[in-house]
Amino acid sequence: MKRVSINSNTVLLLITIGLFAAMYAAGCVIYADKGFSHFQTFLNVLITNAGLICVACGMTCVMLTGGIDISVGSLIAMDCMILAYSMGVKGYPCVPMLVFVLAIGLVFGLVQGFLVAYMEIQPFIVTMAGMFFARGMTAVISTAQLSITQQSNPQYYAWANAKIELPAFLGYMNNKGAVIVPFIRPTVVIALAVVAIIFLVLRYTKFGRSLYAVGGSESSAKMMGLDVRRTKLKAYVLSSFLCSIGGICYSLNTMAGAVQQAKGFEMEAIASSVIGGTLLTGGVGNVIGSLFGVLINGTINTLVITNGKLLSSWANIATAALLCFFIILQSVFALIKERKK
Amino acid sequence: MNRLRGVTKKALFLPLICLVLVLLLNMIKDPGFFSIAINNGVLYGRLIDILNRGSEIAILAVGQTLVVAASAGTDISVGSVMSLSACFCSVLLAGYGVNSTDTFRMPMLAGMLSGVFVGGVCGAVNGSLVSKLKIQPMIATLILFTAARAVGLLLCNNQITYLRYEPYKYLGNFIPGCPVPTPIFVAAAVISAAFLVLRKTSLGLYIQSVGINNRAARLLGINSARICFLCYVICGLCAGIAGIVASSRIYSADSNNIGLYYELDAILAVALGGNSLGGGKFNMAASVVGAYTIQAINTTLLALGISTDQAPVVKAIIVVVIVTIQSPVFRAWVLSRTGRNRKAIKEGAGA
Repeated sequence: MKRVSINSNTVLLLITIGLFAAMYAAGCVIYADKGFSHFQTFLNVLITNAGLICVACGMTCVMLTGGIDISVGSLIAMDCMILAYSMGVKGYPCVPMLVFVLAIGLVFGLVQGFLVAYMEIQPFIVTMAGMFFARGMTAVISTAQLSITQQSNPQYYAWANAKIELPAFLGYMNNKGAVIVPFIRPTVVIALAVVAIIFLVLRYTKFGRSLYAVGGSESSAKMMGLDVRRTKLKAYVLSSFLCSIGGICYSLNTMAGAVQQAKGFEMEAIASSVIGGTLLTGGVGNVIGSLFGVLINGTINTLVITNGKLLSSWANIATAALLCFFIILQSVFALIKERKK
Repeated sequence: MNRLRGVTKKALFLPLICLVLVLLLNMIKDPGFFSIAINNGVLYGRLIDILNRGSEIAILAVGQTLVVAASAGTDISVGSVMSLSACFCSVLLAGYGVNSTDTFRMPMLAGMLSGVFVGGVCGAVNGSLVSKLKIQPMIATLILFTAARAVGLLLCNNQITYLRYEPYKYLGNFIPGCPVPTPIFVAAAVISAAFLVLRKTSLGLYIQSVGINNRAARLLGINSARICFLCYVICGLCAGIAGIVASSRIYSADSNNIGLYYELDAILAVALGGNSLGGGKFNMAASVVGAYTIQAINTTLLALGISTDQAPVVKAIIVVVIVTIQSPVFRAWVLSRTGRNRKAIKEGAGA
C-alpha cells in the first residue's frame, strides 16, 4: 500500500479544509434557528460562487508560474455586459454568443500572455492594462444596467433557472410538512467540472507539470529544455479562458450587465488562492486548495449576511484576518523547512 | 550623434518624451490647452489642473518607488490606507457617528497629523510582514488592501462625514491670497524632502543595494530588513499625506471613494518612469514624471469629452504602447531591424 506522504503543503491544505469545516460547523450551531444548517445553504454558497471558483482555478494556474492576472474582474464585467447587451437588448440567440464570449477570453489571454511572455513586461502592469481595457469596453458597450429577461431570451432564462435536484433524503421538512428537495444550478456543475479538469491537468499532463517547473525556477526549467515562454503564454490564455467560463456562470447567476459588476473580483480570487495554499512566488499550490479558499470566502459572506446586523465591511475584515493567519502560517512552515536543511 | 545617444540613454529620457507627447497631442487638439488665466485671484488652466490633480499620485509614487526598489514588490494597500487615514482624521476631529460638523473637538493640525501617523502605522505593519516574516509584498499588502478601507467604513459608521470648517479645505484647495493650489505645494514638499534625503544621505544607495541583492547587502553590513521596513513606513506616511489631501479636497471623509484605484496609478507611475518592478535601481524623478504623465492622460481624456467610465480603454492602450516601447526585448528587436547598433544587441544577448 502506498503511503501518503505528509509534507508542509498537504498540512496547509488540511488546515484550510479543517478551517472551512470548523467555520461552517460554528455557523450551524450559532445560526441554527435561521436555517444555516440546511444542506441548501451550503449549495447556495456553491451557486453564488460558481463564477469565482472558475476564476480562482485560472488564477492558481497563473500564480503557479509566478505571475499574476488582475484583469479577471473586469473581464467578467465585460463578458456579462456582452451577454446582456446581445441577448437582453438585441435578442441574439444564446449559443453563438456564448461561443463568442469564450473566444474573446482566448484572444484576451493571447494578447496578455504574448506581452508577458514574449515582450517580458511585468505581468502586474500588463494585466492592469487589461483590467482598464475590459472595464472601459464594458462602459463603451453600455453604461446602463441591462438585464436579460424571460421575454428577451427564453432559452437563456431557462438555463439560468434550471434546477438539478439532489436526492430527497438530503432535504428537510418545512413547517407545513412538505419536503424541500435541495437543488443546484447548472453553473455549479460547470464550476466543479472545471476544478476536476484543472486538477487532473496540473497533476498528470506535461503542461501542468511544466507550470510547476517554470514557477519553481525559471532558469532550471529552461535548462531542462522546457519552452518557458510558451508555457507562460498558455497559462495566461488558460486564465482568461476560465475567466470567460466564470463570466458565463456569473451572468447566469445575475442575468444582468453593469459597468461596476464584479468589482474587486481579482483580489477575491487571489485571496482564495492564497488561503488555499498557493504561493505568489510560484511553484506551489493546487486547485483543490483554491476551491476551499473560495468556499471559506463564501461562508464568511453568508455568515455576515445571516447575522443581518453586522455591516458588510466585517466580511472584508474577517477575510483579511484569515489571509493574515494563513500567510503567517505559510511563512512559519517555510522557516521550519529551512531550519531542517 | 554620440551626444544624442548619450541623451537618449538617460533614465529620464523616455518618461519625459511620453509626457511631452501627451501634452503635444493636447496642443494639436486644443491650442488653448496651455493658457493659464487668473480668475477670482486663483490660477486656472489645464496645466495647473494636471499639477494639482496629480499631486496625490505623485506623493504616492514617491513612497511606491522606494518600496519597489527595496523589496522587488508593490504595496497595493496605499489606496485603502489613504481612505483609512482620512476616516481616522475625521473621527478624531468630528467624533464618532457625526454626519456633518463645523466645529472640531481637537486642534485641526493634530487630527491631520494623526491621520498621517495612522498611515505610517499601516506602513509599519506591511513592512514588518515583508521584512521580518519574508512574505511576498503583494500578498502582505493584500491584507491591508482588504481591511483598511473596511476599518475606515466602521470608523465612519458607514456614512460620509462632512467637515465643513473653512481652514480644513485649505490643504486640498486654495489658501486665501495664494493663487496656486495648495496640493502642488504639498507634493513639492514631499518630493523635495525625498530628494534631499536621497541626495544627502546614503539611504538611496542602501535601498538600491538591498533591492539588487539582499544577501550581499547584509554581508556588507547593511541591515537590509530595517531598510526594507523603513521603505514601507515611508510609503505608508506618503499614503497618509495623500489621504488627508484627498479628504481636504472634498472636505469630507468618503471611505468608499477616497483613494479608490490609486494603488494602480501609483504602481503605474513607477513603471511608466522606466523603473523595473523587479527592484534594485530606481529613479525617483522618473517616477514623479510618470505620475504627472498619468494625470496628463486623465485630464486629456476628460478634455476630449470621453466619459470617465470609458476613459480606461484609451488609458490601457497608451499604457501598453509606452510599456512596450520601454521593454528591452522590443528595443532589441527594433535595433536588429534597423540594422544599427549590432554591438549593443550582442551585449544585450550576453547579459
